[in-house]
Amino acid sequence: MRIKRSLQTLAGVLAAASVGLSLAPAHAADHANEQLYPLFSYRTGPYAPAGIPQWGGIRDYFNYINSHGGIDGVKVLVQECETAYTLERAFECYERYKHGYQGAQVAALFDTSSGFDATISDEARADKLPVVSVAGGREDAVDGAVFPYQFPVLFDYWTESSIVINYIAKQLGGLDKLKGQKIATVYHDSGYGRDTIEPLAILAKKYGFIDIEIPVPDPGEQQQAQWQQIKQQGVNWVFLRAWGVMTPVAIKTAARVGFPSDHIIGDIWSGSEEDVKPAGSAAIGYKAVTVFPSGSNFAISQTLKKEIIDPGKSDLRDTSKFGSVYYNAGLVSAIIYSEVIHTGHEKFGNRPLTPAEGQWALEHLNITPERVAALGATGLLSPLKLTPEDHEGEPSAKIQQWDGHHWNVLTGWLNGDRALFHDAIFAKAAAYAKQKNLPPRPTLTN
Amino acid sequence: MLFLVNIIVAGLLAGLMYALVAIGFVLIYKASGVFNFAQGAMVLLSALTFVTLNEHGLPFWLCFIITVGVLIVASVLIEFLVLRPLVNRSPDTLFMATLGLSFVIEGLAQLVLGTDVHQLDLGIPDVPLKLYGLQVSDFDLFTAAVSILLVAVLALLFGKTRVGISLRAVADNTLAAQSIGIRLPHIWRIVWSVAGVVALIAGLLWGNRQGVQFSLSLVVLKAMPVLIIGGFSSIPGAIVGGLIVGATENLADIYIGPLVHGAVSDWFAYILATAFLLIRPNGLFGEKPIQRV
Repeated sequence: MRIKRSLQTLAGVLAAASVGLSLAPAHAADHANEQLYPLFSYRTGPYAPAGIPQWGGIRDYFNYINSHGGIDGVKVLVQECETAYTLERAFECYERYKHGYQGAQVAALFDTSSGFDATISDEARADKLPVVSVAGGREDAVDGAVFPYQFPVLFDYWTESSIVINYIAKQLGGLDKLKGQKIATVYHDSGYGRDTIEPLAILAKKYGFIDIEIPVPDPGEQQQAQWQQIKQQGVNWVFLRAWGVMTPVAIKTAARVGFPSDHIIGDIWSGSEEDVKPAGSAAIGYKAVTVFPSGSNFAISQTLKKEIIDPGKSDLRDTSKFGSVYYNAGLVSAIIYSEVIHTGHEKFGNRPLTPAEGQWALEHLNITPERVAALGATGLLSPLKLTPEDHEGEPSAKIQQWDGHHWNVLTGWLNGDRALFHDAIFAKAAAYAKQKNLPPRPTLTN
Repeated sequence: MLFLVNIIVAGLLAGLMYALVAIGFVLIYKASGVFNFAQGAMVLLSALTFVTLNEHGLPFWLCFIITVGVLIVASVLIEFLVLRPLVNRSPDTLFMATLGLSFVIEGLAQLVLGTDVHQLDLGIPDVPLKLYGLQVSDFDLFTAAVSILLVAVLALLFGKTRVGISLRAVADNTLAAQSIGIRLPHIWRIVWSVAGVVALIAGLLWGNRQGVQFSLSLVVLKAMPVLIIGGFSSIPGAIVGGLIVGATENLADIYIGPLVHGAVSDWFAYILATAFLLIRPNGLFGEKPIQRV
């Protein structure tokens, strides 16, 4: 009797398994009509406060797009992969999703870490997968001839240096007034932080200011020595290139040594609400560069509020983050991604794109001011035009100031002196090509 | 010259902040011989609990009491779920358990209390007083006073009270202590609770300076060289170790950093600690283990 029952159980298990197996191929192709957006998130770990609002902006925008039928009828499938902002986990996520997921293809991977972007070059080239870094990629990847699969779109830290120096010059009354000024860069001692040493040296040589470079070790929870040094050397302006806890500690330590907050200009990753709120009143007057202006009055933000936030469909657990700098950073990334797919659809038809088609779409992306307006993103997103030779577009940013409660935008879109760095950046790319023995890219048109 | 003095003073004051975290390690090490890697996570949990309650409008004193209550409950649970099943296991096993525990506490704290960055204002001005040209703030003086007070209270606790003597007995010889009627679980609950209160004090002071966020748990990395230099079993050693680490890492950043074109303070403290391990393995004030061979 027991044997009979066991056999019945076994038969049942086998039958269920065979049904499962017969369904498996259909399951694998479940999402064949969708476009995969692998989201390498960090909802845990020390950088989670910067990540969570960004993922909210990304997911809310795709939620809105999908509720209207998708991008030209193609829905976006977001698959999150938690990295805790660590490289090894990001590589694990890359391996998991580089070939797609259950039939959904990846047209382009929008990465979420400067460190990952700097180290993924070889893999992206081997896999022929376009990797996009919005305002945070390696600057030599601007050269599409050497880096066909990397796109550091929208902004770079070299241009940021130029924008900051131009802004300081404007406060002083002209570029000629920079001569003799002491401008210190307090930077996170990492690849990201060290990225502005070279452009600032070029700028200092051109304008005659004294360039002082001061590193801060990660994570930057103790900076008394660095700010004492700033005070002792009689620094006039500080360019703060921080990340995470380093920003509020820098602002508070500056106040401790009596350095004025309105003479500190933060990097784009040092200019969010999460960066200044912990510093309390010491942050009042502090300025920062931004390519993701905060606010919820943009037309697209109002639409999202009505269709996603108010009905309770947002990814944000705390909807007070709606319209914050990091939320808008996510929103900008999602808009750019959607425009890439839309550009590809215009050439290849309204269907999910392959990586090769994604690369073509990226190299022909043209978000004109009119298109920005049609997207409801005027003031939020600067116009963006990429070409096979130029994988960044014309970078621009605004300067904002913290008033204790909100960021107030002080300027319009500012452009840096990109031509000044052109030769140095392209020489770096050429050196990389030589070091890796890369053959010249066959054709850069169409 | 004044600049040099200011750098050293700033380093010494930072060192006191490191020492506050290190004292929590010393307490548990003294009572159980275990290096409690979860102390950093306890700092995060305590500060996050406090600030969350405070943001809900509760007064400072009530937030403090409730947070202490939470830490006592956490200590009881840790003793019951983690330490008791591992009684009489090697210190290495217990260390690995605390390593795992740190991840559990960090994860749970973030899951329940969120990952937001919080401002914590204890209401103590943190702007320079300019005493004879020295860049010292009210907050620095407050931190120094708290550290001295804490050391005094803990010295009394360990040296003069019955509980303190029991703690020392357990640390010296667990089996012998049990044989004379000292209840090990009870002792562990007490010492973890006291270490929790120390974590709360450290968390509040660090949180006031940098905001309450996940990176508070990383302060543990600053405490390690302090412990190696001062000695794992000495509370005054933690203070002296903190002062040495704070001052030397500041000096290293100013005078050695430019020579190597980078920040050195994060690893310089470990070089110093390694040197101490070679010359004086038990640290400046650590007890020399005596074993029958």
